[in-house]
Amino acid sequence: MLNRLAQTNVLDRLGLRKQTERVVFETTRAGFRTVGTVSRSFSRKGRPGADPVRVPAAAAKGLFDLTPTEDEQMLVDVVGEFATEMMRPAAAEADDACAPPEELLRSSLEIGLPILGVPEELGGISTERSSMAGTLVAEALSKGDMGLAVACLAPGAVATALSLWGSDEQQSTYLPAFTGDEVPAAALALTEPRPLFDAMNPETRATRDGDGFVLDGVKSLVPRAADAELFVVGAELDGKPALFLVESATEGLEIESEPSMGVRAAGLGRVILKDARVSDLALLGDPDGTAYAECVRLSRLGWCALAIGTGQAVLDYVIPYVNERQAFGEPVSNRQSVAFMVANIAIELQSMRLVTYKAASRAAQGKPFEREAALARKLCAERGMQIGNDGVQLLGGHGFVKEHPVERWYRDLRAIGVMEGGVLV
Amino acid sequence: MINLETPKKFRPLIGQAHQVAMNLLRPNSRKYDQLEHEYPKELDMLAAMIDGLSESGAASGAGASGVRRSEGTPDEADAGTKNGSNLASVLSIMEMCWGDVGLLLSMPRQGLGNSAIASVADDEQLARFDGVWASMAITEPGCGSDSANVQTTAVLDGDHYVINGEKIFVTSGERSDAVVVWATLDKSLGRAAIKSFVVPKGTPGMNVERLEHKLGIRSSDTATIRFEDCRVPKENLLGSPEVDVKQGFAGAMATFDNTRPLVAAMAVGCARASLELTKELLEKAGVVIDYDRPAHSQSAAAAAFLQMESDWEAAYLLTLQAAWMADNRKPNSLEASMAKAKAGRVGSDITLRCVELAGSIGYSEHELLEKWARDSKILDIFEGTQQIQQLIVARRLLGKTSAELK
Repeated sequence: MLNRLAQTNVLDRLGLRKQTERVVFETTRAGFRTVGTVSRSFSRKGRPGADPVRVPAAAAKGLFDLTPTEDEQMLVDVVGEFATEMMRPAAAEADDACAPPEELLRSSLEIGLPILGVPEELGGISTERSSMAGTLVAEALSKGDMGLAVACLAPGAVATALSLWGSDEQQSTYLPAFTGDEVPAAALALTEPRPLFDAMNPETRATRDGDGFVLDGVKSLVPRAADAELFVVGAELDGKPALFLVESATEGLEIESEPSMGVRAAGLGRVILKDARVSDLALLGDPDGTAYAECVRLSRLGWCALAIGTGQAVLDYVIPYVNERQAFGEPVSNRQSVAFMVANIAIELQSMRLVTYKAASRAAQGKPFEREAALARKLCAERGMQIGNDGVQLLGGHGFVKEHPVERWYRDLRAIGVMEGGVLV
Repeated sequence: MINLETPKKFRPLIGQAHQVAMNLLRPNSRKYDQLEHEYPKELDMLAAMIDGLSESGAASGAGASGVRRSEGTPDEADAGTKNGSNLASVLSIMEMCWGDVGLLLSMPRQGLGNSAIASVADDEQLARFDGVWASMAITEPGCGSDSANVQTTAVLDGDHYVINGEKIFVTSGERSDAVVVWATLDKSLGRAAIKSFVVPKGTPGMNVERLEHKLGIRSSDTATIRFEDCRVPKENLLGSPEVDVKQGFAGAMATFDNTRPLVAAMAVGCARASLELTKELLEKAGVVIDYDRPAHSQSAAAAAFLQMESDWEAAYLLTLQAAWMADNRKPNSLEASMAKAKAGRVGSDITLRCVELAGSIGYSEHELLEKWARDSKILDIFEGTQQIQQLIVARRLLGKTSAELK
């Protein structure tokens, strides 16, 4: 307590706590608590029991091929430019502020990020399962910045979940908001705050209550938690994990800021559910755990894609650096110990990419991908972190200071393997 | 469209290779590991079968000669992605090496020399050396990875080249019909002057001096060959006899772009054998691998297995990528070296770890796990060591010459 007071005094004495910075200050401080944002109400639409819209699986030609389709390539080009031109320059400040800039979010809507996985028939752009496209897009975005990529992808994760598992009523009630002009912030909340967290066994509980459900538990590292209007929350129902749609205005729902080591620009927070009552419309997908498991795997692939993009950013950054940096009268890259680190970054990065692509393309084709997603996650968590670690090491002391982005990538890459939810491909 | 599944049209080929590996290679695996230097006669029948398949086209160009890059019209190249003989080769080699790496290397007419001929020979030479079992002789007592430093000389004398020098570590050097020898036309001209020559067995002046006793791949003979005033017809020089200083080493090194994915495939196949048996043994011991639950919440053995399997998957896909690029006429020397580097190190890591996990069952000769751990080591050494692959990858990425990054 004394420590906290002392810090406040210092801040006051230095005049740092200006009125304009209050909001920023609070979101960057762990434990700041508020109710969920209340800005719109979703009115129930659709017909009970009617068939929801589903896109078909991508049809495979049976050929080994590493070439994206024309549509995918076009998406990657557009998103790649957005990442380079808008995200990278905004990354450091957003990391500091623990919030994405409004303008950037608006632009992300213009390029159609939230509706990537939404069927054409429902106002989106998807005509077949979009896991592969989603993976390529997340990778391209993350080359700009992982935290901002997560902030931009968060609403799309919820829209994609509605498209994949939503009933006609759920799709009719919620999706029009995502395909319209005022796209809500939204987030897929699966992580929980405890060591050795196993996403397949959430401790958040859903109990049946009349027609609806009551939710209790804490979700952690939820992107855009404070401004999200709709959450998809993982909770156990009758002994099986399931997904629930929870509007931010739900009574018993509170948001707590949770600034973390990295991915800070995503505005991470906890969603605290205490006797939060939701209607019969809330249960998303089947209650037997199938939709939930698929959701966890697809989300993991999203994080793999983010790791690949950030890993590529590291590689692209260290190559010119070690070529220019002189020591002992020549570029440091003339030394094998330095050059081999760069070679290994490239080898492991391409490893991560291919293993992830295989899993994503299987998902898009409607093939089982449990094994492939697990292997991709294992590889990306471990080798991705190694790449982040080597990136800082290659810049030496310069890598440790914020003048260069490698320290941010180091912090961001630790998220892979920790994060569940947030993104979905 | 991105798709990393095994190509449909190669499934019969893979199935056949698997049958051969299971019914012919595995049963003879231990026998020829123990009878080092004895010729595995069981392979003759198999080689005849493979020749038959190649002639009928049923093998889709698999095998050592599958790496040849045929000339095609641009239209053909634009007609979409191709799954051709390079992919077929790596896929069938993976299956065969799931059976036995040493026996695959002993397969008549499937040597790396044959791949070299397929890579750099002109059409006339290709026809002339059809059906010849060729081994590859690059390494010398004083030069290994620095193959530009070859000391063996070839001097033009009338219609013949006269070859002098000593070659070591020649796989199938005793059994093959001919040896592809790297020699320099003029040491003062450096690497550009290094050419490869097909020297048929029985050529006077060429002598197999001795066979090595080895850690693994013992069924494959590894010979030392001495050349003393050995005269070969000048038409046996593969490719162009011109010493093009600008092109430098590229011609000779092009072989490696094609053979490195093959060696990566060997490592991938051998490691898969270890993984499969280890998984079986672990399951009997009550260890179940759960792909959805975090590795940290499973047993250490399951976590180790997940780690190995993910590295294996990466090596497998990097190998397919390098072969796919060759099939589609994309320059692939970076990707070939990446595949070789990853598969080479992962091959040793996996096979050694599997011995450890299986305990005395893995270490003793009751099972083949210990053998696979010995066999796999060479795959991180020949056709360019781990360190050489890293050098190649690093030089490419950093834009360095071999003088800058030594």
